[in-house]
Amino acid sequence: MTCAHSSCASALLRIHGLTVRYAASQEQSSPALVGVEFDIRRGETVGILGESGSGKSTLALSILGLLPVSTNITGSMLFENKDLLQFDESAWGTVRGTRIAMIFQDPGLSLSPVMRVGDQIAEVLRAHRPGPRKVRKQQVEAILRDVGLSQGDRIYGAYPHQLSGGELHRVAIAQALSCRPDVVIADEPTQSLDATRQAEILDVLREVNRKFGCAIIFITHNPALLAGFADRVIVMYAGRIVEEGPVPQVFRQPLHPYTKGLLQLVPASLQDPDRTRGQHLPALPGSLSHSDRSTRGCIFESRCFARTELCQSESPREVVPEEGRRVSCFNYEN
Amino acid sequence: MKYLERRVIHGLLLLIGVSILCFALSAAAPGNFFDEMKLNPQISPSTVAGLRARYGFDQPLVWRYGHWVESVLRGEWGYSFAYNCPVRSLLLVRARNTLILTGLATLLAWLIAVPLGVWTANRRGRWDDRLSMASTSLLLSVPELVIALVLLYWAVRIHTLPVGGMASVDFGGLGVQAKLFDLALHLVVPVTTLVLASLPLLVRHIRASMIEVLQAPFVQAARAHGIGGARLLFRYALPAAANPLSSLLGLSVGALLSGSLLVEVITGWPGLGPLLLDAALARDIYVVVGAVMASTLFMIFGGILADILLVAVDPRVRLGKV
Repeated sequence: MTCAHSSCASALLRIHGLTVRYAASQEQSSPALVGVEFDIRRGETVGILGESGSGKSTLALSILGLLPVSTNITGSMLFENKDLLQFDESAWGTVRGTRIAMIFQDPGLSLSPVMRVGDQIAEVLRAHRPGPRKVRKQQVEAILRDVGLSQGDRIYGAYPHQLSGGELHRVAIAQALSCRPDVVIADEPTQSLDATRQAEILDVLREVNRKFGCAIIFITHNPALLAGFADRVIVMYAGRIVEEGPVPQVFRQPLHPYTKGLLQLVPASLQDPDRTRGQHLPALPGSLSHSDRSTRGCIFESRCFARTELCQSESPREVVPEEGRRVSCFNYEN
Repeated sequence: MKYLERRVIHGLLLLIGVSILCFALSAAAPGNFFDEMKLNPQISPSTVAGLRARYGFDQPLVWRYGHWVESVLRGEWGYSFAYNCPVRSLLLVRARNTLILTGLATLLAWLIAVPLGVWTANRRGRWDDRLSMASTSLLLSVPELVIALVLLYWAVRIHTLPVGGMASVDFGGLGVQAKLFDLALHLVVPVTTLVLASLPLLVRHIRASMIEVLQAPFVQAARAHGIGGARLLFRYALPAAANPLSSLLGLSVGALLSGSLLVEVITGWPGLGPLLLDAALARDIYVVVGAVMASTLFMIFGGILADILLVAVDPRVRLGKV
């Protein structure tokens, strides 16, 4: 595979040929990730788009070295030219939470129910930046202000169940940002919120990205969240990257049939005045079946509207139709 | 605090229930304290009849119960025929001795069980976890009676540990430090028996609770934030497991107290156990009822202790959610 970017040399995180196979699925079934390959540059925002089961969360966990020890991982993950896959637990301790941090899907679950949220942020600081307790408390309150929680005192002393959903999300962001990481992975960070809160959280992330210059990997199944937020989008299907490119170009002119299908699902089309009531919402035909992954041919073949005979027998190579874009589909091989 | 009030009221009701049941059962048992006197040719039947009348044995059971309740309210807790004194003075000393023994045993058992349970949960499936699981299984299947006998045998063989009792003959003439040391030596066998008997259950419960908590999303999240090792285990995981564990503590306090009765008899510790056994054999019923009531009180106390602990460790309970 080729790298689609001219600025490869300046990549902060380079993932190369990453293949992940969970121990339980050894041999028989297919791997969770196959030959995943992309770069993250300092300070950029990258969206990873795909439906459930596409391998998004496995990707996030592997970047943090949190996959079960029995997992079979091949390829390489260069972070500042050091291969994370070769790290032992103590080396990971210098990366997790301080260089690469994660914002989890549901802060109601990812925060301890029996610790004050301020203490939970302070614990992250304590793990990476030893210092006196008092200083730490001030740092925590400063971070809380950074994510738009001005009542630092009240928030600091509260337990998760005493805060609203929006406040909890901000706390989770504050926790991830406390050590000013270079890369923040946000795994569906707005999933459980209503539309107004979603917009607020996206604003906070955008603000944080601008202010601290940390790269953000934004994992989602909803293309609407990436428009106007991410610089670049990576579309994943069945553990593989099927398309990558700058958000405006990809959204204006998607190349892969899967991307086209996903973009049609955005409910913005519901506001279309021509649409009459009672019409079905658009949906991708078929579902992501596991057997697809191991058979020959293109992984998307069974659900594709543009399939040809070739798609059944061979898998497409990755092509670069224009600068900064790539796609794996036979329609663009010539 | 409404919850605690309710628990105290429940405890009182339980005490009343236990006292009625205990009274009825001891009355249903054949014979009474004075039957043996009838066989003694030196005691005239009229003396026996007089004693029976004096202690109300010619009255119906309900009258005797009422009489006993009255004496409880007076602080006497009935009268012991064998010791010829109010039951309260007997109970106080014996209950104190039992508390010394079980208090120390509970403390030690938990001090060992918590780190061991937490550690083995973290090392699940590795050799040290398996070793711990195997040895707790073995201990769990050995009755405390056997543990006590083995320890007693060992104590007799090595000659440095006293066997039986809680004080040496010259105890009265010793200084404070020497007294404490003497007490500690006498405690070794009974305390070790109780700790060994209660340890396996505690370790297994703590391990199971910790394994559950270690799989919780927030523990995974803490790991992703770079928190690991002992900090993760004791600062994050253990407090989250405190909810089931404080209930377990209450249970273990109660279980140790009732379990200690047997161990006290075997190792000769002058607690409630031997008192209850002797009194039951002699049909000294007010002592029996009194000792049972004291054990029940301990159980209830254990339960209330667990509730207080729960409120102290879990903010969700403290702040009125869940």
